[in-house]
Order: sequence, then structure tokens, then C-alpha cells
Amino acid sequence: MSLYTFLDFEKPIAELETKVKELRALMQPGDLSIEDEVAKLEAKADQLLRQTYARLSPWQKTQVARHQGRPHFRDYVARLVDDFTPLAGDRMFGEDAAIVGGLGRFRGRAVMVIGHEKGADTESRLRHNFGMAKPEGYRKAVRLMRLAERFRLPVVTLVDTAGAYPGIGAEERGQAEAIARSTECCLDLGVPVVAAIVGEGGSGGAVALAAANRVLMFEHAVYSVISPEGCASILWHSAEKSQDAASAMKLTAQDLQRLKVIDTIVAEPVGGAHRSPREAMDTLGDSIGQALNELVGRDPMALKRERREKFLEMGRVAI
Amino acid sequence: MANWLTDFVRPKIRAVLRRRETPDNLWTKCPACGQMIFHRELAANLFVCQHCSHHLRIGPTERFAQLLDPGWVAVPVPAVALDPLKFRDEKRYTDRLKEAKAKTHQEDAMAVVRGRMDELPVVLAVQNFSFMGGSMGLAVGEALVAAARAAMAERAPLVVLTAAGGARMQEGTLSLMQMPRTTVAVQMVKEAGLPFVVVMTDPTTGGVTASFAMLGDVHISEPGALIGFAGARVIEQTIRERLPEGFQRAEYLFDHGMLDMVVHRKDLKETLGRVLRLLMGRDARHPVSSRDAEDFDLPAISGPAKAK
Repeated sequence: MSLYTFLDFEKPIAELETKVKELRALMQPGDLSIEDEVAKLEAKADQLLRQTYARLSPWQKTQVARHQGRPHFRDYVARLVDDFTPLAGDRMFGEDAAIVGGLGRFRGRAVMVIGHEKGADTESRLRHNFGMAKPEGYRKAVRLMRLAERFRLPVVTLVDTAGAYPGIGAEERGQAEAIARSTECCLDLGVPVVAAIVGEGGSGGAVALAAANRVLMFEHAVYSVISPEGCASILWHSAEKSQDAASAMKLTAQDLQRLKVIDTIVAEPVGGAHRSPREAMDTLGDSIGQALNELVGRDPMALKRERREKFLEMGRVAI
Repeated sequence: MANWLTDFVRPKIRAVLRRRETPDNLWTKCPACGQMIFHRELAANLFVCQHCSHHLRIGPTERFAQLLDPGWVAVPVPAVALDPLKFRDEKRYTDRLKEAKAKTHQEDAMAVVRGRMDELPVVLAVQNFSFMGGSMGLAVGEALVAAARAAMAERAPLVVLTAAGGARMQEGTLSLMQMPRTTVAVQMVKEAGLPFVVVMTDPTTGGVTASFAMLGDVHISEPGALIGFAGARVIEQTIRERLPEGFQRAEYLFDHGMLDMVVHRKDLKETLGRVLRLLMGRDARHPVSSRDAEDFDLPAISGPAKAK
């Protein structure tokens, strides 16, 4: 990526890396003193990066999870899915590009892949409505999940949304009902469902695609009932308290694994998925592959029962 | 002089004023039309304003009394982890819980009972908006699961009256997980072949609407009830437009196909009883010939269709 965006807290790392670049440009072959200096600076930058990412605050993780350089649905599909064949429309009202889905081959196995797409530039962001789906998006997801079930294909979902779209048309067409039906469908399928929270897992709009047998979550992704900003403005009466809200809400993968809301944390490359998107995608691919290997071939009723029992028990065990 | 004014006169004035504001709670001001309603008349009128027909918000105690024959029994709800996140905003969550319990005399925002509705056994779960905005956390999820299990054990229909701002933020993602959790509870009831009927009361929004509330076999609401997913303020900020008149009110949802009927509170018990008897294959309690009913061919919006 040529135009790399640094987050605020990455500034010290950015400065070091810029310095390394400058020195490199000045360096003559065999100039041992500068080479030595460069090596030292590089080591320092690397150490700082590791240290920073080893103890990101929940608010920093929220920013990382929203980083525009993180891989998106289309990147994952391009890297991990062959023969991808997008399917469109809810057969009731329209096509919603905020949720994309289709048939494809994941590591040789035919699957149904469904996920939020936020878009990567202004034009595609508008087309995908920044990954904020309307009822037709969730109704399409239901249609595709039922299709997968009919042909015994496992369902893989990639969750990355700030939330379902709050708008007049969305309410008019039953946003709440569409979300409820999508969650219900996830919980009803007789095929394996593997969900991965790859960026932002925003509220009902996320859970509608994430009531899965296995819920994977990237190391620096977030999954929450409301955005930290929304929570801060309601409970603290000030959007400036977003940092406090992010900490209080326990929205990190580490917290959520402890609370048994998610099953597996997927490690990100040092410096986050946006620094080395390919490495991040491959690691996620491995985790999805492993989850599918555990689930494919299981009895449909058992898959359904175990999935339901998991959610029925959630939060019930002593925490 | 100053002492006499501050120590004696001012408190006296305040006391007088305070008394005038709430004369022993004998009068309630209608939140819609602003008219004062005498408490006995209000209760006799099922907490519907006799001036403008506004349906006031009421809690589980009033609902049980209005909808069930005398002699209902509480369905026990297992205790849940209190404050699993050790959440604190401007107040501690545990303190907010204590206040809500003291105010409502209830354990959390949903109460469940077994009882009879016009002699038909039912399980009735009622959400309480007075308890932290009716918000759904572990306890509400647990109550709905308990209600579902009770319905299955009794082979009785499950009727839920919703009233909530949404999920309980103080329980973070665990409250979000109550959406799939309550959905499983609903699936169990449906797969047992029992009716799941939802009455969405004012207000029903957020994660509650987007889970069990919208999964009913039959959806009923009361006139003017606010029902939606996103809050009006969030939508206005997003689209930078004023919202249309009557937006997210029960009548609006009816027009958009999300509700089967909007029923006046005085007709709620009879309507629920009739629907459940029909679904459960029971004989009619108060047989009505459709030929005699004047409005039998109309989807039932009873009472004045009033949008606030």
C-alpha cells in the first residue's frame, strides 16, 4: 500500500520508520556507520510496534478494527475462495450490496460465503453503504443460507459492520424483523455455520450473521452491543467518553473469549491485519479451515442442537 | 431576618409547592394530552386516558390483573450473574440495579407467570419499562427462557408483552447475545407446536424488536405504541431529515405489514383469548358469529387509530 494510513497512536512508530527510509535513501553501499544506525532504528521501530500492539487499549483496538487498510470481504474472497459466484437479491424488494454472498470453493470445498462489505474507496463505499445493511441484505442472507442448507453446503460468514442501517426505508421495510429472521435462520440450519468477526462486529446487524457453531474473532477486532461512541453519549452523556465506554464494554476478542461469547481468537500479524493483509487472510483461512474440518459431516440435528445449546448457555455459567 | 427567611419561610414554600405538584398521587397527568386524570378513573379505564385515548405505560402487575383470571402463579426465574462486566459509567451498574429494584419491587425487567386467560392456561411474560427501560440483559434472557420452558411443560401458549429501549448496555456483548438466546427460546416453543404471541407495547425498540419481539406467530400492538429498530434521533442524525408523522408508531407498522392488529387495551384480553383458542383448537369461550360482527372483514384496528 503506497498511501499507508497511520493511526494516532502509531505516530511514534511512523516517525521511526520514516527516519529509516530517509537514511536508506542516503546510504551508500558499504557505508557501515549508517547501516549500523539503520539496523538499530529498524530494531527499535519493530520493538515499538510489537510493544504497542501487545497492549492496545480497547479504544485503540476499535480504531484498528475500523482501519481502512484491513482486508475486506472482497479481499478475503479473492484470496481464499475459488470459483466465487456472487448471488444477489432478496426476491422481495431489492439487492443490498452492504451484504455480499455467494457460492464458492474454500480450499476445495464448496461453501456459501456471506459477509458485510464496507467498500474500499468513496465510490465502492457508497455502493456498499459502508457495510450497513438494510432489511433486503438480511433477507438475502436468509435466502442464501437456506439455499446452502438445501445442498448441504457449509456457511461461512465474515462480519464487519458498524451496524444495521438506521434509515426511514429500512424501518419501513422491517429492519428489526429482517435481523430477527436472519439470526433465527443461523440458529436453525442443519449445516455447519462458521462466523468470523474480522473487523467491527456492530450490534444486531452483526449478530444476525454470527449465531454460528464456531465464532472466530481477529485478535484486534471488536464485537459489541453498541459503538463506544453511542454508549458514551447515552450513559456518559458525552461522546468524548468513548475511550471509557470502550473499556467498560469489554468488546475485545480477549474479553469475549473469557466471557465465552466467541470460541477462537485468530492471531493478527504484528502491527495488525492492515499491516500485512495477506498474512492475516491466510491465518484466518487456516482457522476457518480447521473449524470446517471439525464440523463438516456431522449430523444435521446435532449441529443445530449444539449451536442452540451454546447460545442458550451463554452468560449463564459463572463468569 | 435572613435566617428566618432561609430556614423557615423557604422550606415552607417548597413544601407547599411540592404538595401541589403531586397531591398524594391522586392525579396523573396524561403524557399525550396533558389533562389531569383521577387515579381511580385511570385504573378503571385500564390506564387509558379517557380524554384522548392515549395508552399509558403500565407494568407487569397491572398487565397480569388486566389479562388473566385471578390466581396466577409466578414462574421462577433462575438467578443470573449480576454485573458480569463490573460495569461503571457515571454510576455503578450495581447501584443502578439496586435503584431499579427498589423502584419497581421486581428482580429485573421481565416478570413471568402461569395463569389462565378466559380459562385457557397460558404462560405470560411481561417486560417492565420502569426497570432500566425494560432493557434486555442476562436476566431478561433468562426470564424468556424460563417462560418458554414453562410453556412447554404446561403445553400452554406463550404470550409476551414487550416494552424495552433495547439491549442493556451495561452487560456489553453478553446482552447482545441475548438476541440469539431468546431466539432459541422462541424456536423451542414453536417446535413444540405451541403458539408464541407477541404484544408489542410502548415502546419496543432496538435489540428486543430485532429478536424475539418480531418472531411471533401473531403480532399485536396497542394504539400509538412506538415500535422500531433504530432510535428516531439516530435516524435523524444519519439521514439529516425530519421523520414522517406517525413514524414507528403501531399504526405505521400495521400499514407496513409488521403487525396483525392494533388492539385497544380494553379488547386485548378478549382478542388474545380468541386467537389462542383458535390456534389451540379449543372451543370458543364467547362465540361470535362473523355474520353478526359489523367489521369482521376488516383487519382489526379497534378503537380510534391514534398516532401521537
